[in-house]
Amino acid sequence: MRDGPFDSMIKALAGLPGMGPRSARRIALHLLTNKEGKMMPLIKALEQTAESVKKCETCGNLDAYDPCRLCQDGQRQQNVICVVAGVADLWAIERTSTFKGQYHVLEGVLSALDGVGPDDLRIRELLTRVKDGGFDEIILALSATVDGQSTAHYIADKLDGLSTARITRLAHGVPVGGELDYLDEGTITTALKSRA
Amino acid sequence: MEEWQDQALVLSARAHGEGGAVVSVLTEHHGRHAGYVRGAKSSRMRGIIEPGNLVGVRWSARVADSLGSFVLEQEQNITAGLMADPVKLSAVQSACALCDEALPEREVHPGLFYGLQALFDAMDTEIWGAAYVMWEIAFLKELGFGLNLTRCAGGGDNQDLCYVSPKSGHAVSKAAGAPYKEKLLTLPGFLRPVKGEVDDGSVYEGLQLTGYFMEHWVFNHHTRGVPPARIQFQERFERLLDKVRAGESSIP
Repeated sequence: MRDGPFDSMIKALAGLPGMGPRSARRIALHLLTNKEGKMMPLIKALEQTAESVKKCETCGNLDAYDPCRLCQDGQRQQNVICVVAGVADLWAIERTSTFKGQYHVLEGVLSALDGVGPDDLRIRELLTRVKDGGFDEIILALSATVDGQSTAHYIADKLDGLSTARITRLAHGVPVGGELDYLDEGTITTALKSRA
Repeated sequence: MEEWQDQALVLSARAHGEGGAVVSVLTEHHGRHAGYVRGAKSSRMRGIIEPGNLVGVRWSARVADSLGSFVLEQEQNITAGLMADPVKLSAVQSACALCDEALPEREVHPGLFYGLQALFDAMDTEIWGAAYVMWEIAFLKELGFGLNLTRCAGGGDNQDLCYVSPKSGHAVSKAAGAPYKEKLLTLPGFLRPVKGEVDDGSVYEGLQLTGYFMEHWVFNHHTRGVPPARIQFQERFERLLDKVRAGESSIP
């Protein structure tokens, strides 16, 4: 068994997020004992996805089309752009069905510790889009962490003078359904400072 | 089993594995110390391990030399109140990065711990910029690169100090420094014997002064040089200062 195809499969599965060797072994066994019903459809789906899904050159979203369906959608607002750190954040906002503008995926946030600088992110592409775009509002939807907010400040600095668009940020504070008693000190501080 | 409890300021957190992180903290009695934090990416922990936060820390390890693991409890969230302020947030990041990069691990510096805590407490005051510069001067001294800002290196008047020698780090009086003033660093007004006002311009002069010695003394032999957070802080302050001078904005 050692170094055979089964072990390679387990190694590959164990490298996925949320997986360890034990759960990888369980999944591998489940797939192998259910080849026709589970394994072959999964292989087919993986192959199809690997072949068809690509990065949208405009916004950085992952889709089977380039430009992606969100960028192609003429019904969406063309004058508002929402800047997010990753595709997962874009999908999270899309799930709410409340935002109908354009997106821009940065592919990360600035982090001196991890060696992520401005050139490692899609900031230059954002500046080019804003310069050409005719946007009225740029929403910096980045996480409420030091790295996330540092990135937002950096982008705001770069956008300064480049466009007359209004630069906005997501509100920070009490989550829907949140009880003050259970909230952490930082969230309450931010909520108080940005109270309406 | 080795174990201790202390109070600490979070300096940095580096993701390790899927859910954990190696967190570096500046403790009161154990100096700069690193440890592994389990579940660092959980929603509860993410807000705690932000640079600048004051935490209660319990470190345990099988042997004293190993990395060990931390259990952290939040005591004061410093960064949450500064998120919306780019310059102050940069200042906190800069101070944390300097400690993280320059301090030897597990070497006790209680003075620096209290100084950093006092600096973060001063971030809500009007003189936070001057407090930052003075903290950096104390930081230089703690690392063995003390500046002498009370006596003229050229034998001039000690009450008329205006410059600092980039070679020795000693103050120079206006008269003694006049022939070399192009080569000398400016001593900010609030650091002179006859105290001047703490304004944005003098804070920037202070940042240039300490920044010079950080680069040429402290980080001269570091392969990575001055931490990017320190450079970005000075650049951001300069940009805002330009805006203030142009009447477009004000430094908070």
